[in-house]
Amino acid sequence: MPHFAKPEAGSWTEQYPELGTGPVSYTDSIDPAHYEAERAAIFKRTWLNVGRVEQVPRTGSYFTKELAVADTSLIIVRGKDKEVRAFHNICRHRGNKLVWNDYPGEEVKGVCRQFTCKYHAWRYDLEGRLTFIQQEEEFFGVDKGDYGLKQVRCEIWEGFVFVNLDPGAQPLADYLGELGKGLEGYPFHEMTEVYTYRAEIGSNWKLFVDAFAEFYHAPVLHQKQAVKGEADKLFNVGFEALHYELRSPHSMISSWGGMAPPKDPSMVKPIERALRSGLFGPWDRPGIEGLDPLPPGLNPARHRAWGTDSFTFFPNFMLLVWAPGWYLTYHYWPTAVDRHVFETSLHFVPPANARERLGQELAAVTFKEYALQDANTLEATQTMLKSRAVTEFPLNDQEILLRNLHKVARDRVEAHRVDEHKAEEDLDAAAR
Amino acid sequence: MPLPADFADLRPYAAWALATEPERYAKRLAASMDEMQSFYDAAFARLEDAIAYIDSFPWDDLPDDARSLLHLMQSLVMVSFPVEVWKQPRVPDSGAAYLDLISEPVV
Repeated sequence: MPHFAKPEAGSWTEQYPELGTGPVSYTDSIDPAHYEAERAAIFKRTWLNVGRVEQVPRTGSYFTKELAVADTSLIIVRGKDKEVRAFHNICRHRGNKLVWNDYPGEEVKGVCRQFTCKYHAWRYDLEGRLTFIQQEEEFFGVDKGDYGLKQVRCEIWEGFVFVNLDPGAQPLADYLGELGKGLEGYPFHEMTEVYTYRAEIGSNWKLFVDAFAEFYHAPVLHQKQAVKGEADKLFNVGFEALHYELRSPHSMISSWGGMAPPKDPSMVKPIERALRSGLFGPWDRPGIEGLDPLPPGLNPARHRAWGTDSFTFFPNFMLLVWAPGWYLTYHYWPTAVDRHVFETSLHFVPPANARERLGQELAAVTFKEYALQDANTLEATQTMLKSRAVTEFPLNDQEILLRNLHKVARDRVEAHRVDEHKAEEDLDAAAR
Repeated sequence: MPLPADFADLRPYAAWALATEPERYAKRLAASMDEMQSFYDAAFARLEDAIAYIDSFPWDDLPDDARSLLHLMQSLVMVSFPVEVWKQPRVPDSGAAYLDLISEPVV
């Protein structure tokens, strides 16, 4: 017996006939050749979120982003003209990595007037122009104008900085489409109190997206997090979302929850009662503009029990907006078919006093307790998928976002394969 | 840093006044349940007083003793899960998983 209404098609999934309802193959998460194909077909030609404008607040602010999945490292920098640009992190002289400290694989950040290569002191300005060649007279007709840093597409949406290694990619706003548009105007820029976490995970990147793209697991895996009576109730009821929406390749799930404040204080732990905060964040909304009314894309079911909306922007960026007025991001950066770097950030409005600060602290501590349980399932899943003892799995209606993710990723790989094949044929034809 | 004079009863737990999450998390994992229970009981009883004391100063200009007291209360939040729910230092069902905090607003 459903507790929340489903669409007329009978299920969320059947609203999107292209998804099908059959079992889904997970060989896409264990096959090294498929992973290589994903790198070319997805990560080298799709908009990737690499950070926020607050990370490059003024002229000369920069950070580097390691993109192992696309075989590169990028420099993101704000120029004298206030533009945020992205460049491949490579010196044009002989290929040394331009910006790094002691360890070439570690990301760095800072503020500078120019970039100087530590190998031969070639210098570049903040807009990427080559400005100085050491012993320039020793070179053979090298024109500095021809040797600027190699630029990468970089665009900003609502303060989120995206890059795309494909120069021919459609504009970012078009790519983010209706789901992106529905979030515009949310006061992300006010939420500058940031907690960032990182882990290397022994699983395919899609498995962790899966883990956070459904809440079907929540009453089971996280059963011990709630107080006993409440946990039993949640387990028996199970999970049903308020709403799902697919705007391929992106998707979102809208969920109830949060209990802020709870109807019965005994439903929550003593520290939550004392600090008026918990998993869904501080119970009291910060006093900023832009939270009421919310942008139209949030709480699409307009449900009074709304707790959080989770957006999956393909391929690897998740954005969760919580009813009490804060947001959370997840990024999954593949490093191998069975490994990825997981990064997550919690963003709050800066607290004005100790009470607010401790409420945010509790939300952050609680988040980590949950995430550790989520992370721990992944390696176990990866190793068993690798056994190929079972390759196809039945996904339920509350797992529609997973079905979409794997289908979109497979379709992109297939389309890329067709394109490559056609390009080869054209070359062959031209050669004949 | 010393705790404020009015919080002398928390002095036995001054080692929990740690400024960063990695320090607080490591101390939690290294602590026994008895230690955490005793710290929790003492600190929770003074939580409201502590908030009132800290908030009697401008938030952007806290004296050192208020700052220490806040760090201690951040540790109270840290141990609340082991004490209130887990009955063990580490979250259950988390095995070898880890999640390192790499940046936070340190007070």
